[in-house]
Amino acid sequence: MSKTVITIDGNEATAYVAYRLSEVIAIYPITPSSTMGEFADEWATLKKPNIWGTVPSVTEMQSEGGAAGAVHGAIQAGALTTTFTASQGLLLMIPNMFKIAGELSPTVFHVSARTVAAHALSIFGDQSDVMACRSTGFALLASNSVQEAHDLAAIAHASTLRARVPFLHFFDGFRTSSEVNKIEQLSEEDLRSLIDDSLIQAHRSRALSPDHPFIRGTAQNPDTFFQERETVNPFYNVCPEIVAEVMEKFAQISGRTYHLFDYVGDPEAERVIVMMGSGSETAGETARYLLEAGQKVGVLKVHLYRPFSVLHFLEALPPTVKSIAVLDRTKEPGAAGEPLYQDVVTAINEGLAEGSVPYTQFANRPYPRVIGGRYGLSSKEFTPAMVKAVFDELQKADPKNHFTVGIEDDVTKTSLDFDPTFDIEDPQTVRCVFWGLGSDGTVGANKNSIKIIGEETDNCAQGYFVYDSKKSGGVTISHLRFGPKPIRAPYQISQANFVACHQFSFLERFDITKMAIPGAVFLLNSIYGVDEVWDHLPKETQKDIVEKKLKFYIIDAYEVAKKTDMGTRINTIMQTCFFAISGVLPKEEAIQQIKKAIQKTYGKRGEAVVKKNFAAVDQALENLYEIKVPDKITSQFTRRPSVPEEAPEFVRNVLGKMIALEGDSIPVSAFPVDGTYPSGTTQWEKRNIALEIPVWEPSLCIQCGKCAIVCPHAVIREKVYDPSYLKNAPEGWVSLDAKFKELPGMKFTIAVAPEDCTGCSICVEACPAKDKTQVGRKAINMAPQPPIRESERVKWDYFLSIPEVDRTAISTRTVKNSQLLQPLFEFSGACAGCGETPYLKLLTQLFGDRLMVANATGCSSIYGGNLPTTPWAVNKEGRGPSWSNSLFEDNAEFGLGFRLSLDKQNEYARELLPKFAGILGENLVDAILNADQSTESGIRQQRERVAQLKQTLEKENTLEAKQLLSIADSLVQKSVWIVGGDGWAYDIGYGGLDHVLASGRNVNLIVLDTEVYSNTGGQASKSTPLAAVAKFAAAGKGLPKKDLGMIAMAYGYVYIARIAMGASDQQTQTALLEADAYPGPSLVIAYSHCIAHGYDLKYGLEQQKLAVASGVWPLYRYNPLLAEEGKNPLILDSKDPSIPIEQFAYNETRYKMLVQTDEQRAEMLIKLAQQDANRRWELYQQMAAMTYSNPNAGNSNPGD
Amino acid sequence: MVDLSTNYLGIELRNPLVASASPLTQKAETAQQLVKAGVSAIVMPSLFEEQILRESLKLDQDLTRGTEQFAEALTYFPEVGQYSIGPDTYLQNLSKIKKSVSVPVIGSLNGYTDGGWVEYAQKIQAAGADALELNLYYLATDPELTANELEDKYLQLVRNIRNKVQIPLAVKLSPFFTSLPNFSKHLAECGVNGIVLFNRFYQPDFDLEELEVVPHLILSNSNEVRLPLRWIALLYGKIPVDFALTSGVHTAEDMLKALMAGAKIAMITSAFLQEGSEFATMLLEDLQKWMEEHEYTSVKQMIGSMSQKAVADPAEFERANYMKVLASY
Repeated sequence: MSKTVITIDGNEATAYVAYRLSEVIAIYPITPSSTMGEFADEWATLKKPNIWGTVPSVTEMQSEGGAAGAVHGAIQAGALTTTFTASQGLLLMIPNMFKIAGELSPTVFHVSARTVAAHALSIFGDQSDVMACRSTGFALLASNSVQEAHDLAAIAHASTLRARVPFLHFFDGFRTSSEVNKIEQLSEEDLRSLIDDSLIQAHRSRALSPDHPFIRGTAQNPDTFFQERETVNPFYNVCPEIVAEVMEKFAQISGRTYHLFDYVGDPEAERVIVMMGSGSETAGETARYLLEAGQKVGVLKVHLYRPFSVLHFLEALPPTVKSIAVLDRTKEPGAAGEPLYQDVVTAINEGLAEGSVPYTQFANRPYPRVIGGRYGLSSKEFTPAMVKAVFDELQKADPKNHFTVGIEDDVTKTSLDFDPTFDIEDPQTVRCVFWGLGSDGTVGANKNSIKIIGEETDNCAQGYFVYDSKKSGGVTISHLRFGPKPIRAPYQISQANFVACHQFSFLERFDITKMAIPGAVFLLNSIYGVDEVWDHLPKETQKDIVEKKLKFYIIDAYEVAKKTDMGTRINTIMQTCFFAISGVLPKEEAIQQIKKAIQKTYGKRGEAVVKKNFAAVDQALENLYEIKVPDKITSQFTRRPSVPEEAPEFVRNVLGKMIALEGDSIPVSAFPVDGTYPSGTTQWEKRNIALEIPVWEPSLCIQCGKCAIVCPHAVIREKVYDPSYLKNAPEGWVSLDAKFKELPGMKFTIAVAPEDCTGCSICVEACPAKDKTQVGRKAINMAPQPPIRESERVKWDYFLSIPEVDRTAISTRTVKNSQLLQPLFEFSGACAGCGETPYLKLLTQLFGDRLMVANATGCSSIYGGNLPTTPWAVNKEGRGPSWSNSLFEDNAEFGLGFRLSLDKQNEYARELLPKFAGILGENLVDAILNADQSTESGIRQQRERVAQLKQTLEKENTLEAKQLLSIADSLVQKSVWIVGGDGWAYDIGYGGLDHVLASGRNVNLIVLDTEVYSNTGGQASKSTPLAAVAKFAAAGKGLPKKDLGMIAMAYGYVYIARIAMGASDQQTQTALLEADAYPGPSLVIAYSHCIAHGYDLKYGLEQQKLAVASGVWPLYRYNPLLAEEGKNPLILDSKDPSIPIEQFAYNETRYKMLVQTDEQRAEMLIKLAQQDANRRWELYQQMAAMTYSNPNAGNSNPGD
Repeated sequence: MVDLSTNYLGIELRNPLVASASPLTQKAETAQQLVKAGVSAIVMPSLFEEQILRESLKLDQDLTRGTEQFAEALTYFPEVGQYSIGPDTYLQNLSKIKKSVSVPVIGSLNGYTDGGWVEYAQKIQAAGADALELNLYYLATDPELTANELEDKYLQLVRNIRNKVQIPLAVKLSPFFTSLPNFSKHLAECGVNGIVLFNRFYQPDFDLEELEVVPHLILSNSNEVRLPLRWIALLYGKIPVDFALTSGVHTAEDMLKALMAGAKIAMITSAFLQEGSEFATMLLEDLQKWMEEHEYTSVKQMIGSMSQKAVADPAEFERANYMKVLASY
């Protein structure tokens, strides 16, 4: 029977098998494993059965710890169970993994291996997570490629049932999980014949059941635990052999052969690399290449890492080996060596030195030298050049041990040098690189292209996609390979036959043509025509084109897209050009296949979408031109530096390189040792991503501050200043007489940062001031950026030079006034139109110079803390928010730790202070101890007192003086804010959040509630509202959103506010001020519109208004201080619901798509949602109407 | 016992009361209630080609926004099965209604492009519609577009559909024609079986507080019946098609007027939305009662009995009518 060939990524390849071999699947999203769970959920929603004909039960849990617990329970109750995870998620599963293994419970955890956060979080791939599980008792089975992920997933499921040892099947995150490759698909019959049903019966017979009761999971004492722990040994002893047998059976079924250790290379190799994961594919191919060049080298690829079979390992190792390099994709600081290295050393020692196993082939040979090294941490590229460097090192008389490869370690000198030009790729393999803008659809089209090539031609094909860490205006780089031979090249293309640049502006930012080989094709999306394009290329690009004799093509894809209603989606246009130029398929056939792919991808969205894409394809080739390349360089300009010359040295030398995508070249010595980075670096990264930016129209402006408060990227600023600053103002500077009662006689200007704006236009939507003669014109309007970029930049720079308003001179209680305060959160990488960042920015305006932020992992930690540049900024006095991210699940506790530390220091300082009354004076001591810090001026005065204190203490030489000096700043009040999304607050971090609220300590928690896991791509949380569709709730959420505020109210001593800036910016600001002022825990739940809601976010504020008007998001504040005054603490800030929920909900795809897929269910759910909203509103009303008695009033017992 | 039956577009109907397009005629459940209350035919809401295109493009835009650009969130929505974008839901509803009611079901179509009209008309026919009502309305905003060009375009669209569908065809018109009789004549020449007068449109309104243009829906009232009444009375007997009167029919008296002007049927929307489907029963009772009281034996007897051709002074329907109204003040 012919095999089905498909082109898919590693996650789908794995999930395909896991789903079909499971009955219960417990999941929780985490990058890069989320899509495995998403596939499972989608298939279950579509009622796809497993191989036994029943649809697996897929359940989303509140955390990976929860998923592991559910898995454990499901196994104990007899189900075939699986889960998917990575990184911190896997670490959260470890306690259960010990239990599951200790109870000899068959299961498979599929892991897309990812870096565990250390000095920084990283979503990318290495094996540090898997290595943390070595002691759990799980078998660890490594897949090195997409095909292997598919195959070994099946082998893991079959093996665990036989061995009763649970399996952790893993493959490299991103490199394998997200690589698209052509593989042979296992049929359901293949899977069926691999699994022995009697083992399933046996598994079920061991399950808990009241029908044959027993207990499992006892507590034991010193007398027996140890012995019983040893009972499992026989199972581990036979496990490797069982896996080997399953692999043999698998080979009979599929024709693909695997072993516990697979060797590639010279059978008489003298130098061998031992490793596992995708890198071993690169190493294997490099060994083959070097072998052809006569080198005696080989690579031993590890599949079954635990239980580690010394026997199988030594059998697979060529007896001729003289030196071995063991490569670990992890780091264990302080260890004698990394884990695989230690295992190999142990195996060699046990097997050869101790002679515990009769390995005759090694008789009379010297023991091989073993060295270990680290590579590929956090998806660092691992290339043939690096493999060669390792082989070369093994040839040395005294090779470096505990080396690194792939970086330059100029501190502890661990790194091996390598020649980056070393290339082993088959010349028949065509290598193509595409530079795209996130929003232009390049990646999607390339995924389709690689599927077309993989499935519609005889070519083998591979696709890998590199994304930006910015959520708006990011760069994508697609790496596509295809050719007649299987592609085992899990590394990015560095030497390409075809380079496409889908955005002209990239040429001035990046070295696009660097990777083009001589004679390669360069395709450029150009707004300039055939005759003018050359003069608009930077010198460097012209040089590459001329010197490498590149074939240069252009197309004005935006013009074609405009004509065909494609907007800015140029994907199919560029894709068509690629096929036309590359000639991978005859032109007509290529067009037919592209159209087929379009039909498949977009068909379900309606015919109109298909038609416009077809039109774009048809018109693409008519607009494709080859440029006759001049023979000399004529350009008058070069690429612009990634950061301006005036940027600080660290920004220029380190962050600037990262911005220019040259971070790989930065040596170890350039980095901080503990993950500490300077604040406020986004100001140096001028991304210029907005096509249009806002322009202020002073004649209409009413100085209300609404445009500034809603700006997600802090690019709209207001200042009130002395008229004398007009004198040196640049040309075109405009101002108004300031209308602020505290600031008479001043001028007012709104400025826009032209190069930092993302062009969302939410400011225009927010502006209430309309031109009476032309209502479409407002006090702020969008205008094309390029023509005004320079003039606006000059104005912006001048604006920054004008002093900030004196915070003590104005009341900060109104929105109008707060927008004069300097935001200390600016130019983040958040989505254009983000609904979260305006809240954070407002926090920094109100409390920024005394703000400490604990940030849960999620969107806010990414746009707030992802390098190269970060948005939390510093004011001119050098003060600003101090920010840190610990984990996802522990954020409330992390922030509480801030408070505990601050309070302790404050307490100690207050204890010490009176001892210095003699030198400080009683008055100063008394003033410091009894300072009123409830106002801006109170804080300023306290800062001045503390400065005076520090000045005095610096002259003292006693221990106590030094102690007090080091903690004196704690005498100035700090505002601790614990920031995170609903995934954290409602789900994974809820236990901690609850505890922190219960603690009574003075912390403020703000939940940026997008009602979905936004950062990982829209999975449902317990905050997801009834009737909304989300991943893991594909049929629409059938139960109401958890009412977090109401739960917190039960404490009675927690300040709670539910806010929505779009509905009431003033209520938002009041709530934040009250939360900060409240001397106990505060919880602010902030409605945050989000790209995961599925509409143009410029309408985010309007949607917030509608959410409130419909009753799904009532606004309120619950202030326990009012109860102390005998007043009702609950104040409802919104009116009775006045519109039906549909009027709000059906503007958003998350609701609307259910109408379009299951109208009946949508109707039923939206009705329930309305009932739920009405019921809750009634409850709030009743609570708000309750009469409270004054606890401080005299005894009011009417009986007295 | 009076005979309420009538014949519209060649289809025999039990009475002249037809439910025209509204949310009530969109689904089988509510359509059944209308039929139970007595209506003799159901006209489904228009299948709007433009709306389908827009919905499709919007869905695509909303599902695509922000995708494939950030490594942790390559998409934001689950992959679901087929979206009910396009005419499928409409056609399914049509089939369902057709199966669940005993009266004729008339499909309705508001086309946008030449190709789309014909394609959707065929689909409506295939889904089981007894007749098709074309909603002819193009808002001419281009000063360069002449009335002739637009009318020619309309007629070409109608011809194309007439050539492709076999079921009876009616055309619903707006009152905004310089020479309605002439255009109606051309429609008849194209082979249409009926003309429905008149279409009502949602006219935009201004929100003076927000200075925004807002959509505004006002249900009809009885006063509105007089515009189609005049035109049907004028056209009856001159243009060889069946007429249906829609807009402003709220009482049995309105229905009687419609029939006497020359309409074969009277269509009702607003009254059902205001009063519920049971209102049909009352209307028919009133109609029957009036006819009995005035000794009419059949509806067919009164159709066109007060058309321009039938009245003593035909000029009443022309300019004199206008003068008379003014003179009454």
